[in-house]
Amino acid sequence: MEDTKQMIIDYIKKEFLEEDDEMEVKEDTPLITSGIVDSFSMVSLKTFLEKKYKIQIPDAKATPEAFDTVNNIISLLQEYVKT
Amino acid sequence: MAYGSKAKEFYQNELKNIKKAGLNKEERYIHTPQGADIKVEFPEGAQEKEVINFCANNYLGLSSHPEVVKAAHQGLDARGYGMSSVRFICGTQDIHRELERKLTEFLGTEDTILFPSCMDANAGVFEVLLNREDAMIADKLVHASIVDGMRLCKAQQYVYKHSNMEHLEEKLKETQENRLRMIITDGVFSMDGDIAKLDKICNLAEKYDAMVLLDDSHSTGFMGKTGRGTHEHCGVMGKIDAITTTLGKALGGASGGCVSGRKEIVDLLRQRARPYLFSNTVPPVIVSAASKVLDLISKTTERRDKLEKNTLYFREKMTRAGFDIREGIHPIVPIMLYNAKLASDFAKDLYYEGIYVIGFSFPVVPRGEARIRVQISAEHETEHLNKAIEAFTKIGKKYDILGKDKKAIIEKYGL
Repeated sequence: MEDTKQMIIDYIKKEFLEEDDEMEVKEDTPLITSGIVDSFSMVSLKTFLEKKYKIQIPDAKATPEAFDTVNNIISLLQEYVKT
Repeated sequence: MAYGSKAKEFYQNELKNIKKAGLNKEERYIHTPQGADIKVEFPEGAQEKEVINFCANNYLGLSSHPEVVKAAHQGLDARGYGMSSVRFICGTQDIHRELERKLTEFLGTEDTILFPSCMDANAGVFEVLLNREDAMIADKLVHASIVDGMRLCKAQQYVYKHSNMEHLEEKLKETQENRLRMIITDGVFSMDGDIAKLDKICNLAEKYDAMVLLDDSHSTGFMGKTGRGTHEHCGVMGKIDAITTTLGKALGGASGGCVSGRKEIVDLLRQRARPYLFSNTVPPVIVSAASKVLDLISKTTERRDKLEKNTLYFREKMTRAGFDIREGIHPIVPIMLYNAKLASDFAKDLYYEGIYVIGFSFPVVPRGEARIRVQISAEHETEHLNKAIEAFTKIGKKYDILGKDKKAIIEKYGL
């Protein structure tokens, strides 16, 4: 799971932060409420996870709360990814 | 009772939260036609105040132009007030098709379809053109109506960093397997007034076999040498597959919008676009006036040229006065103040100096990027611009921000 956490953090940094951004992203950093990921970009994060794990996250489950931290995203993934 | 205490309390609470977060939007009542000099009642019940308007999208100053108003009257007299129908039942008059033809010619496309607004055009366009097998690749800062339209569409969504062509190319590589792909961008971004790199976008679209959709609402009528829009400015006329734009800004400012582009795209929208099929036709009075606007701006670029001159003048003088403004050439001029309270207080002080502008802060712009958005019009005379520069300078001195950069303003006021 640590690998998954790091992979999501790397993705967020690469996709949503600008090169000169000094903001640090950790597993409990608020993503939506801090404005790092807006609700529009959240959809591409969802698409990325769905493609990566070959899953479908229902729209009703893809709430801003569920995507607000890397930890929350991991909890959400655990519901859909078969281990 | 359907509207019981539960619903009432819930809505009251929501309203309270909006106010608590400082996000409540208050409307100011204008007692005059739209223009450079207007009379405003604010707050409600206050005495009317004469102010110079610097926050309308009235770029070409045509909102109350006598010839446009006259054309509106003629439309009303000749074709009536309403059509009481959608387009495909009995809501299409000869003048609707004539306006579509004029827009097609003006924008340099193959065909055009009118919508009740550009919001409706953007809400309807994507779900008709793309499906599950397809991909939409949008600039991060596209307008809210595009975001909503994309939400209604089943195609996969991708977002690239604002105007970042390397990131866009990555997304195009990532989506090679998709059946159809569409790059989606605003021509000019409404909060920063910056221009999309349309020439590069079109090159990438060609290289990766993707379509391009452009929302040119803040450009149609004045960007480019003859005012055709961002595609003219960037030298890519004829290369954009679909342009969505509005009649509600430079083109008279009433309402209405359109999608203009490839013939098949327009034909398909006419058959399937839900906001087109299920809402009333654009009223004859607006069609007639918008048609006149296109005649006026096709005949001469005088207004567009004056707007350009005004914009350059204002940008240069404000920079010289020591304001931190986003560089550019567009009549949207963001005066950067970074701190939300400062932007709001600054705008309020300007109002009492007779300058009507609005402060924008999070969530409309990113946190820590609060600003006053000034919008220049061809209706402004040099005296209007000078009064604004003078008032801005006075208030700028009051808050001691002149000559200060981002770091210094944030140090003084925080984020």
